[in-house]
Amino acid sequence: MKILTTPHMDRCIGCHSCSLACARLVNKRFSWETAGIRIESSGGLSSGFLAKRCLACDPAPCVAACPTGCLKQRPGGGVTIRRKLCIRCGDCVDVCPVDAIAADETGDIYVCLHCGRCVDFCPHGCLEMGSAEKKNMEEEL
Amino acid sequence: MNEDMFRVLVVDLATGKGRVELIPGRSTAIGGSGLAALLFETYGDVVRPWNDPDQPFVLAVGPLTGLFPLMSKTVSAFKSPYHNQYTESHAGGRSALALRFSGYDALVLKGRAATLSCLNIGRSHLELKEAGFMAGMNALTAGKVMRRMFKGSSGHRSMLRIGQSGEIGSAMACINVDTYRHFGRLGGGAVLGNKNIKGIVIQGDSTYPLPEGKDYPLLFKKVHEMVTATDMLRKYHNLGTPANLESLNELQSLPWRNLQQTADPEITGITGERFADDTLLRNGACSGCPVGCIHIGYVRERFEEKDNRYLYRQVAYDYEPIFAVGSMLGVTKTFDVLRILDILEKVCLDAMSAGVALAWATEAVDRGLLSRQETLVPLTFGDATSYMAAAMHLGTGANEFYRLLGQGTLIAADRYGGADFACVLGQEMAGYATGEVFFAAQALGFRHSHLDTGGYSYDQGHKEKDVDAAVSFLLADEPDRCLLTSMVSCLFARSVYSKEMLAECLAVTGYPELASNLGVLGEKIQRHRWQLRCATGFKPEEIILPKRFYKVSTWKGPIDAVYLDALKSEYGRRISELAENEQ
Repeated sequence: MKILTTPHMDRCIGCHSCSLACARLVNKRFSWETAGIRIESSGGLSSGFLAKRCLACDPAPCVAACPTGCLKQRPGGGVTIRRKLCIRCGDCVDVCPVDAIAADETGDIYVCLHCGRCVDFCPHGCLEMGSAEKKNMEEEL
Repeated sequence: MNEDMFRVLVVDLATGKGRVELIPGRSTAIGGSGLAALLFETYGDVVRPWNDPDQPFVLAVGPLTGLFPLMSKTVSAFKSPYHNQYTESHAGGRSALALRFSGYDALVLKGRAATLSCLNIGRSHLELKEAGFMAGMNALTAGKVMRRMFKGSSGHRSMLRIGQSGEIGSAMACINVDTYRHFGRLGGGAVLGNKNIKGIVIQGDSTYPLPEGKDYPLLFKKVHEMVTATDMLRKYHNLGTPANLESLNELQSLPWRNLQQTADPEITGITGERFADDTLLRNGACSGCPVGCIHIGYVRERFEEKDNRYLYRQVAYDYEPIFAVGSMLGVTKTFDVLRILDILEKVCLDAMSAGVALAWATEAVDRGLLSRQETLVPLTFGDATSYMAAAMHLGTGANEFYRLLGQGTLIAADRYGGADFACVLGQEMAGYATGEVFFAAQALGFRHSHLDTGGYSYDQGHKEKDVDAAVSFLLADEPDRCLLTSMVSCLFARSVYSKEMLAECLAVTGYPELASNLGVLGEKIQRHRWQLRCATGFKPEEIILPKRFYKVSTWKGPIDAVYLDALKSEYGRRISELAENEQ
């Protein structure tokens, strides 16, 4: 299965179109936070941007930490999510080594599902759906 | 967020306490420009001066902010230190989405903090933090310090700050927004300085539900494709607005050397292509805008004579700043332009105002009206190093001359002479010597901005001299722009957001009443703003067009003084008539 990659983050202009697309299309929300990909500046705008997103761990530590089976290992890396099982404990947020899982004020979690719906909204081609086998080789965060 | 109520955070800076006000009026004020006018009317006073602590400083966004591409601007409104009248200034960066996601339609600052302070707001916090140690700090350093003072949320917040010019009350002081954008004109920086506010952090940490169904995402996709997949907005991200330098020079419409010329072969040194080829590091974008029109260049300086030791800084550029410190000052090398802009960024002066003011000062030196005693450095057209020093002097108010000049070129001319060649059209001119219609339009325009109306494009498309047609165009062009600045859209998107498209966007996001009333609301907001402007002292007949504007020659030939005077007179009459109309 393909995963979301960010091979050209050095082209990022900080428009947040990807985050807003994920929030709008995947999570049906309107915000910067409730998205599986979140764009941050790395020390002010002069230093460029980084994408906080799931790096498709396999096995994923968040799956191991989830006490209810809400998060399941996704073939090829990353997770699938069954929201009705989530008890908003936040354990997955704490255990993620790259701060990829966000929680809103109610404790609902938001993580990249590697669906690729954000990709077409990036005006500079920073994002691509890529092979899980080659992950990290051309990655720019 | 779709109710008729505006959710407004009103902060009393004297106590550091705030309250959330629910204010009705969405169906008539919309947001942005309309909301700002409503809030100034509610919290301001038309008579008391701009620097009365009780006068409000307003930031407002609109119903479509963040919901569609390029709905990415914030309107600030205040009584201006430049003319002591009501005005607006607009900026992007992350300010609009941050304010939307902080949970508010608007922020109103009242009162004055006891000491220099920074304000930090978000969904669930309000903090006024003492920052006396930031006194005299430049705007770029202030940003770095604020990132340390208020940790977290990097990328999901907006940082507004002022430099030295705002602290000393310069009427040309701007407000830096997220390093590369500005509430530029008419002295917003001095308003914050007067309130003892060095910086504002707006954290966008709220989330909202979206409308059910597919209509909204489908319409979003359609608009997104219009702005990215077609050539509609390519000019803004390719060379950007600096592409206009060459074309306006060809049209004999680019002000050079304090408007002593309107074209010069030396344009080849500062064209949009030259900036892109030589200096462009990368593009940036306002949050919510995939166009990415922010052009960031660099300056590189060797700081040791013998060794290869260099530093570099990133400096944003656009058409207007290049005109103001490039052609207007006779500076014709890209890196020299950026070096001057770098200083203006630090002291946080509006580049257009500062460049035009220094151009006047240079001609005043040529004519013997000013000496080194006033200017402190030798001002000569083309001498970038002296202009860098002069920019610092202007921003810090180094002596009485620079402090007066910072209040406006005509204020300085009143003391030293030279009003005839002051390039002031209500405020220091924008870079369009296109002809009579633009001169009248900026001189009397609501913000004295080239974006108030399309006067400069009217000049380029009409050779005939029909006063009634031209003035009717200016007045008819304004309401649609008021609609856009109430949503709040970037005006670069005016070709995308027709009234019909705005109505569609409003209808699918829960504003059917607004969608069906757009036809009348633009005119209502236009009138409301003019009523406030006039109530705070604006008298069109008091605006003077300096003689320099009558001596200009463009591609159409010499300026027609009779036509220009008739335009100014009729436009002023129609504005007064509009403001007096109660409807």
